[in-house]
Amino acid sequence: METTRLIMVAVGGQGNLLASKVLGEAALISGVPVRMSEIHGMAQRGGVVESAIVFGDATSSIISDSEADILLGFEPSETLRALNRCSKDTKVITNTATLPPFTVSIGKGVYPDVENIKKLIKAKCASLVAIDAMKLAKEAGSPMSVNIVLLGALVQSGSLGFTKENVIEAINRRTKKAFLDMNLNAFELGYEAAQNYGN
Amino acid sequence: MHKLLNDSPGEEIMLLGNEAIARGAIEAGVAFATTYPGTPSSEISLNLFQMSQESDLYFEYSTNEKVALEVAAAAANSGLRTFCMMKHVGLNVAADPLMTLAYVGVTGGMVILTADDPAMFSSQNEQDNRYYAKFGNLPMLEPSSVPEAKEMIKYAFDLSEELNQPVLLRTTTRINHSNAFVTFGEMKPRQTKGKFIREPLRCVTVPAVARQLHSKLLDKMNKAKGLSETSDFNPVEGSGKAGIIVNGVSLHYALDAVEDLGIKDNTKILRLGFSNPMPEKLIKEFLKGCEKVLVIEEGEPFMEEAVKAFAQEAGLTIPISGKSEALFSRLYEYDPAMVREKIAVFFGVDYTPKTKLDTADVPQIPMRPPNLCSGCSHRATFYEVKQAAGDMDIICPTDIGCYTLGFLPPLNMGDFVICMGSSVSTSCGFGQATDQKVVSFIGDSTFFHSGITGLVNAVFNNHNFTLVILENDITAMTGHQPHPGVDMERFGLDGFGRVNIEELVRTLGVEHVSIVKPFKVKKSIETIREALEYKGVSVIISREPCALYAKSMKLLKPRAFKVSDRCVDHRDCINTIACPSFYLEAGKVKIDADTCVGCAVCAQICPENAITPLKK
Repeated sequence: METTRLIMVAVGGQGNLLASKVLGEAALISGVPVRMSEIHGMAQRGGVVESAIVFGDATSSIISDSEADILLGFEPSETLRALNRCSKDTKVITNTATLPPFTVSIGKGVYPDVENIKKLIKAKCASLVAIDAMKLAKEAGSPMSVNIVLLGALVQSGSLGFTKENVIEAINRRTKKAFLDMNLNAFELGYEAAQNYGN
Repeated sequence: MHKLLNDSPGEEIMLLGNEAIARGAIEAGVAFATTYPGTPSSEISLNLFQMSQESDLYFEYSTNEKVALEVAAAAANSGLRTFCMMKHVGLNVAADPLMTLAYVGVTGGMVILTADDPAMFSSQNEQDNRYYAKFGNLPMLEPSSVPEAKEMIKYAFDLSEELNQPVLLRTTTRINHSNAFVTFGEMKPRQTKGKFIREPLRCVTVPAVARQLHSKLLDKMNKAKGLSETSDFNPVEGSGKAGIIVNGVSLHYALDAVEDLGIKDNTKILRLGFSNPMPEKLIKEFLKGCEKVLVIEEGEPFMEEAVKAFAQEAGLTIPISGKSEALFSRLYEYDPAMVREKIAVFFGVDYTPKTKLDTADVPQIPMRPPNLCSGCSHRATFYEVKQAAGDMDIICPTDIGCYTLGFLPPLNMGDFVICMGSSVSTSCGFGQATDQKVVSFIGDSTFFHSGITGLVNAVFNNHNFTLVILENDITAMTGHQPHPGVDMERFGLDGFGRVNIEELVRTLGVEHVSIVKPFKVKKSIETIREALEYKGVSVIISREPCALYAKSMKLLKPRAFKVSDRCVDHRDCINTIACPSFYLEAGKVKIDADTCVGCAVCAQICPENAITPLKK
């Protein structure tokens, strides 16, 4: 099976580790080999959290610079920071809702303009889907579901080799029952937003 | 029931490497487990801790790694299957018992896990603990994948019982923190009570006994070498004149590279999973068929030097390379593209790497370093010490924990860190060697781990410094594990004792001891100032539970604050304490009500009293 390499970047607390667990479960249901690696030492202290997910026949569980087939960014400046993981062939999906780091508040940096971020990524990579996942998450019922909104967008745009139904089943298995309806709703909203993006 | 206790052989489940290792230990019938938590090993012990509450497995968070290993050594010498796990630098703390336990050996299977951290994702160094196996004469196993880690720990217990020797299981972060599908196996029954049989000529290491033991140890390692020669964990894959010798996660980078470069038919790969003692005959045989050999290993040239020595003995002059300027580095971790490129260079294969994106026009992206949490009491304490010290010329030795982050601007409280507990002992040295005022910081868990002995030294040698003990009631950094000062009833557990830090410090003979509540800013500054002026050893205990932990245990009900119209933009709040709940909107300071927990420290330092509770 052809290998697909996915990098997910997020800020600690955005729920990308749960998103990768759902993807892992979806791969299990679909019979797609998968290996994942996470760096989360400082996740709860506002640092960057990165997951590498390798679907298919390759046996490594990490992804080198320039070798991501898909980049899913939970925060626009983090998506931009992860451009070194991409090549001209990479599909990029990003949230446009910003979470400026505290270094910006204390005047140790300027947050880049989101329109410029989109323009840069679009010019350099194979494709870009940019959605306000925070807005959609709130629409689904809680800012906490931003991860599932982005998962919806990923499943619509990426070529992960498994069906929407399998991901929905994985959400069923891997997320808390109390939040299931909200998460399914969030997934649909993200899926639709990616489908309609650019139309 | 805990998912790792499911008696469901054949079940396929996605597990974190550390969960797979914990499950492997359970399948092996482990009865006794000890640790001091440390990333990247922490989830192994967390899972065992949880499982011990639902089963007859004995698990303890010991005060430090030396204690953990000694507790475990006794259990393993009472015939129990025993598991002791720690991060790589923890093994330095445990090195004293380790070296002589190797002489004494064990009667029950004992596995010691060292979680190495190449690239230092969450560590102060990237030492290569494979040398401990060689140094101490311990058989060593190194998994290359998550599922293999589970199988390897099971074999490690068997091997330990076969040799009556503790076995070192060495992982790296990319095993501990990777996820993969794992298939559950059968669970061996646990034998939870043992019997110690007196054998003074094995267990009492006076010189006359130790001399005998050293000789027996070498015999055991000879036997281990025989097992390593034929171990399934040392497989040769493929055939050809190009040879690759590899360990750990690099195996998969090499396998992928050989496939990608189209040299699979001409390449053979020896993976050393049973890597101490090295399988000498196997390696010599492997070398004989090769024209060139590349050794791929993160860290130090542990295998490479041995392989070169074996080649010399075998009279082989083929090129053998690994660490060099053109090839592999001793620094950091490896990745698939790097390994692919070096294999191509070494074996002379055409290879064009993916073109890097030109990022010259990408604007500078603001850094996102980890930060002390909103409402973290350490921030308040650092601020207060800084205010109390005024324009004193101070040195701030600090220690290992969340509070190490206090060294970042704008707090800038942290000048020297080398290892757990070093804040106290280095304070002794700085106080004696300079005329600067020394104020040091240590967390409660770290104080129990190895700060106490430094403080005893300070009292005895009459040193001169102020030690701030940050008592937040938990081991916060590694994910909220208990320590000897914790009220275990909060975990819903009884039958535990509790050590009171204040009483302990007074009993040690510290004459100037004060307590502060760091969220009471003015009062704390006054108390700290008095302690700083004391000549001799003074201790300040800053008491406030970890906000993250308190929130998760529902001990703290957040009540957010806001910036009112009275704000005239001094920005003392942002510029001096830099809580992550602050943000700027149209040039004005705001507070994020979703993350503010209401510690009210900023409200107490605002010169206009502009920060007030948010009324909902």
